[in-house]
Amino acid sequence: MTIEELERIRTEARQILAERGERFLPDGELKPPRPGEVRVVLRNCGQIDPKRIEEYIAKEGYFALHKILNMTPEQVIDETKRSGLRGRGGAGFPAGQKWFFARQALASRPAPADGAPPAYLICNGDEGDPGAFMDRAVLEGDPHSVLEGMAIAAYAMGATQGYVYVRAEYPVAVEHLQTALPQARRLGLLGKNIFGKGFDFDVDIRIGAGAFVCGEETALIDSIEGRRGEPRPRPPFPAVSGLWGRPTSVNNVETLANVPQIFLKGADWFAGMGTEKSKGTKTFAIAGKVKNAGLIEVPMGITMREIIYDIGGGILNKKEFKAAQTGGPLGGCLPAKYLDTPIDFESLVAAGSLMGSGGLIVLDENDCMVDVARFFMDFTQDESCGKCPPCWLGTKRLLEILTRITRAEGTEKDLETLEYLTQNISTASLCALGQGSVNPVVTTMRHFRDEYEAHVRDKFCSSGVCKGMFHYEILADTCNGCGACRLKCPDKVIKGAKKAVHEIDQANCIVCGDCYKACKFAAIAIRPRPTPKSKLPECG
Amino acid sequence: MTILAINGKKIEAAGGTILDVARANGIHIPTLCHHAALAPQGACRLCLVEVKGMRVLQPACTYPISEGMDVQTDSPKVRTARKFVLELLLSDHPKDCMTCETCGHCELQDLIYEYGVKETPFVGDRHLFPPDERDPFILRDMEKCIRCRRCIRACDEIQAVNALTMMNRGFRAKVATAFDTRMQDSNCIFCGQCVSVCPTGALTEKDSHGKGRDWQTTKVATTCPYCGVGCNFDLNVRDGKVVKVTSAWNAPANKGALCVKGRFGWQFLHHPDRLTTPLMKTSFWKEIKGTEGAPSPYKGFVETDWDTALDAAAGRLSAVRSADGPDALAILTSAKCTNEENYLMQKLARKEIGTNNIDHCARL
Amino acid sequence: MSGLGASFGSGAMTNSIEDLAKAKAFFVIGSNTTEQHPVIGAVVKRAVRRGAKLIVADPREIELARIATLHLAQRPGSDIALLNGLCHVIIREDLHDKKFVADRTEGFDEMKAVVGTYTPARVQEITGVPAADIEKAARLYALSKPAAILYCMGITQHAGGHATVMAIANLAMLCGNIGVEGGGVNPLRGQNNVQGACDMGGLPDVFPGYRKVADPEARASVEKAWGAALSDKPGLTVVEMMNAAHEGKIKAMYIMGENPLVTDPNLHHVEEALKKLDFLVVQDIFFTETAALADVVLPGAAFAEKDGTFSNTERRVQLVRKAVEPPGDAKPDWQIIAELAKRLNGDKASWEYASPAAIMAEAAKITPQYAGISHARLEKGGIQWPCPSQDHPGTKILHVGRFSRGLGKFSAVETIPPAEPSDSDYPLTLTTGRRLQHYHSGSMTHRVAGLNTLLPEERMEINPCDASPLGLKEGDMAVISSRRGQVKARVQLTKRIKPGVVFMTFHFPETAVNLLTIASLDPVAKIPEYKATAVNVARVE
Repeated sequence: MTIEELERIRTEARQILAERGERFLPDGELKPPRPGEVRVVLRNCGQIDPKRIEEYIAKEGYFALHKILNMTPEQVIDETKRSGLRGRGGAGFPAGQKWFFARQALASRPAPADGAPPAYLICNGDEGDPGAFMDRAVLEGDPHSVLEGMAIAAYAMGATQGYVYVRAEYPVAVEHLQTALPQARRLGLLGKNIFGKGFDFDVDIRIGAGAFVCGEETALIDSIEGRRGEPRPRPPFPAVSGLWGRPTSVNNVETLANVPQIFLKGADWFAGMGTEKSKGTKTFAIAGKVKNAGLIEVPMGITMREIIYDIGGGILNKKEFKAAQTGGPLGGCLPAKYLDTPIDFESLVAAGSLMGSGGLIVLDENDCMVDVARFFMDFTQDESCGKCPPCWLGTKRLLEILTRITRAEGTEKDLETLEYLTQNISTASLCALGQGSVNPVVTTMRHFRDEYEAHVRDKFCSSGVCKGMFHYEILADTCNGCGACRLKCPDKVIKGAKKAVHEIDQANCIVCGDCYKACKFAAIAIRPRPTPKSKLPECG
Repeated sequence: MTILAINGKKIEAAGGTILDVARANGIHIPTLCHHAALAPQGACRLCLVEVKGMRVLQPACTYPISEGMDVQTDSPKVRTARKFVLELLLSDHPKDCMTCETCGHCELQDLIYEYGVKETPFVGDRHLFPPDERDPFILRDMEKCIRCRRCIRACDEIQAVNALTMMNRGFRAKVATAFDTRMQDSNCIFCGQCVSVCPTGALTEKDSHGKGRDWQTTKVATTCPYCGVGCNFDLNVRDGKVVKVTSAWNAPANKGALCVKGRFGWQFLHHPDRLTTPLMKTSFWKEIKGTEGAPSPYKGFVETDWDTALDAAAGRLSAVRSADGPDALAILTSAKCTNEENYLMQKLARKEIGTNNIDHCARL
Repeated sequence: MSGLGASFGSGAMTNSIEDLAKAKAFFVIGSNTTEQHPVIGAVVKRAVRRGAKLIVADPREIELARIATLHLAQRPGSDIALLNGLCHVIIREDLHDKKFVADRTEGFDEMKAVVGTYTPARVQEITGVPAADIEKAARLYALSKPAAILYCMGITQHAGGHATVMAIANLAMLCGNIGVEGGGVNPLRGQNNVQGACDMGGLPDVFPGYRKVADPEARASVEKAWGAALSDKPGLTVVEMMNAAHEGKIKAMYIMGENPLVTDPNLHHVEEALKKLDFLVVQDIFFTETAALADVVLPGAAFAEKDGTFSNTERRVQLVRKAVEPPGDAKPDWQIIAELAKRLNGDKASWEYASPAAIMAEAAKITPQYAGISHARLEKGGIQWPCPSQDHPGTKILHVGRFSRGLGKFSAVETIPPAEPSDSDYPLTLTTGRRLQHYHSGSMTHRVAGLNTLLPEERMEINPCDASPLGLKEGDMAVISSRRGQVKARVQLTKRIKPGVVFMTFHFPETAVNLLTIASLDPVAKIPEYKATAVNVARVE
């Protein structure tokens, strides 16, 4: 491949694109950009046919790779550092710095005697957060941008072999990568002596087996090596001793997809977006009680309010915003007071949460914060690798207590034990999964302590979630006797004449909530039960 | 040399982990998943220490020392974390030390004692696996398993067999063979390395159960009687009987490793078939004594005493030598016997009988 | 052992077990290491995981073959051709260590002339190993230094065993793999104290320390030490003894800790021989098949019931300590031997030993390799001989800088076919060996319940290609016959064994495979050919 040839392909492909007209391929969750979005990572998604490398080239694809091959690896690292690009996988470690460490480690060690690759570049596509699908969108919609980003990163750090580690649950992403790789190899954009510059780099796909923890880089490396994925303590860091004991850089899909753009448009362009310490854009998967759920990409530093209300269209059903859960199962729940905080890596951590991979779940007044914490703990406990006791056993004890509390069996002592557990799990666990597992509990306890106390003291779930810990009452001064609730009630336990105040026969009510949802006039309220029901069978 | 501070004390060390350096300097750091014969993995979190500048506690067993490092090994924060881990482990452990085979040399028991964990604050599910007695030699009582993975690592790192692995995740994570079969249906070779490294009573020598706790046995270091590798091990003896074989980790040839015969093949020692008295063929006895003789369990043989047997043997061997010359006699000595015995045997052949007709089964 | 003795000047394992971990490549031939020497097998497996290359030459796909870089499945009895073929390729491609050959060896040209005729094509013809694999193996061994050779009875228990060992020595010397860490020629000793029994002169032709009985100087020094005149006529080896007994030339035998009625080849013949004896003394810990033929049976002590030393395969002399008393009236064997010696008109004073330590003190005086070894020193840990003096630390690697015999000797050896090739009456070749769970005649291991659970009975391994025309299915009973006898065994179908070959062990007296084996001996080492017997297999209806 030469630059002339690449330009020729670009010219031809532009022609095809022009003839076809800009289009947006139907792609499930990914919608055309909304006002306020800035698409860098998702720039090509839906715009090009991901199974045709020519269309990627038409969008300046692989020109960045050609460009950086005329720079030294050190220059590539410096440029990346200058752009301020930080890892999009959650921790926000500066990408250039990561490559620098790997390159440094590589320089201090002899090459493997048997001709094996001296260093590895791994693309982490093990997107495990429930509800997060930004990596999937990129891998499915623009696989070549990830491959090009990998090649640039590999050149910078000194890797000759790359792996894309992608979840088995993403068959389309796998298929598109499997299509993309031979295309890139055929054009000499992967393989030996790329652009005749003496740079060798090839990529293979490794498919994960469905473990959340394999998103942790050391566990991911174990998994690629063919073992059960389990994190191990660092140091040694993968940059020093990673895959097969060689210097390795593990970068997230979104991070890598940013890289070609940085070299096409310049570090200054990239650094021009975002906040002082968090540059560029970030994708978010908005879910929950928000009108426009889905995938968005916005500049760093945008506020949660802008995301939820301006882009997201506000809360469903005119309900009250209660909290936003960011950062996935290891992130935290932030209440309304954080709505105007600019979102970047530091501010989210300061608030007790995480950027994570960009999950954002909007919760309203009908979400019980204890139950939300229990839900995430159920996930984390299930996904704990089972290696260190604070995690595999500590999260189990946390889950048991939270389950007890949501079943009206909690005690005040349980709240103390929760605090004791969360403090120690976060300091004593081996990896970020264990350390972060407590965040949903810590943040809900910090911001919604009253809900916890109501659960254990009054056996009352004011959100109307925890079964047996509330009932519905019809407010006599609001009810206009429309009869909607009476018609909806499956057990016919609501009595009331037309235009007269209705009443629920509490003794026979099954607390299904159909009346509550049916009432258009907010005349049905969630109230504590006079005698809390306990020892109910497990719900769900 | 690297200079660092542990508990405020300045220490110089060439390298290694915090645990290595602390132990070399007489500073106690508790461990549970660590084993000198295995690569450290930092899993159990008992060796957590405070490293100045680090946000979370760090495992001493994997953390390399560096210049100017400031480490606290016994601070309140560290002790709290360790006690917390022990409380968690205790919450999923049967409290049956009274009947446990491993009582007295259980590393969990020692740490629970050291950290004064009287009761666990955690109430919840406990694993209730019934003891797995389906396999020979190895009894797996998995409710005593603390998931330290020493067994898995020994099977991997020492034996390169990999019969054991973790299966499932979270609270359901457990040590198992592939597809959770009996060990004899896996690729297990019953070397018992897993048993030798287990810190609790989860893996024990089945044939030794009830025969003596660690403190009730005497350990005698010796050399294996089977193949030519020359493994060393300790015979555990109680009341004049061998009850168990345990690993000798400093053994030059085997470094603690053993095979199924070495570790578990000692029962023949006390087998009722052992010969306990000299025997003479009944016809031979009648020929020289003229009586019926004392019956033996072996058809055609009578029991006798040493003097009678040795006198008769010596007399008859001498007679053959006198009649047919020394080379009409032949001796088979034994590759199973000691050097000293082999030396004596060839001395007997060459000096007392006068023949070089001596050989043994080296060629077989 | 005699083969290595001829090539190097010492028949012992040249290197140490610890040392094997440093090998960059292994050539394992005639050793099912993971079953026979499991702890060494694990050392090899660990090294391979670390990246060491492994070449396995074995007719069976043994466990090591599965992880091997290259598996050469040669026909039983074709090892010399295979080894010569490797040397041929190494010399042809100029991969040999010319400096080592020039400085440290002799006989290269003669050897070169012979191996010159062993072209890969010819070797493929003889061994059944593809010529390309022979070339690959030669390059792997020659280019990965240091490389260690491991072998065992699979090499020695052949009609041409002695010559095969010399061919192994040729290969190692050719690549300069002697006297270096991680290299060497390492015969693995099958039993706990084969090495020691040999060291101590438990052989018909040598005194302790391998000094020839026929050598006047050696004899004189032992005569002086013992104060008695000694025979200069080398004695008979075990199979020769049985033949001599059969012929009536040997009239009495004293057998200690051996069970020839299970372990020796051609058992019908052995049984007849032992029955012809005028007098037989058997000393053992169990009433063995051989003891049943004895006139006097003496109860000895097991390893845990006496003090002493064993010498392991790496020449390490290690203490054996008494932990428990022998059962009943049983006595430590050293006491029994001494008591018997006194009754054979022996000089009583010379048979008064306070302890095994005193015996070792005496043995060390006439065994040069053990001169510096005493029980007191061994208390601190085993010592590898040669250990010529009290302050000598022992020897980890033999032949460093100089061979025991001065120069290493290349030997021009030609392939020697099995004494009994398969034919139309006996179309299959039986090769015998051991399994992990049992040991030798099984007198110890059959008395360990768990071992019987793990391996309750003998199984004959046969390739499905051979089994199907015979109508044999997994688990069927088959009768295996040779010109000397027949046994029945259950059938195990496996592709791990080469077509044309069947495998059995000698662990089960009720399936006494040595009823079949041939007592043909290697002309020098006098080792019987257990590894190749022509047999016929049929289904038991």
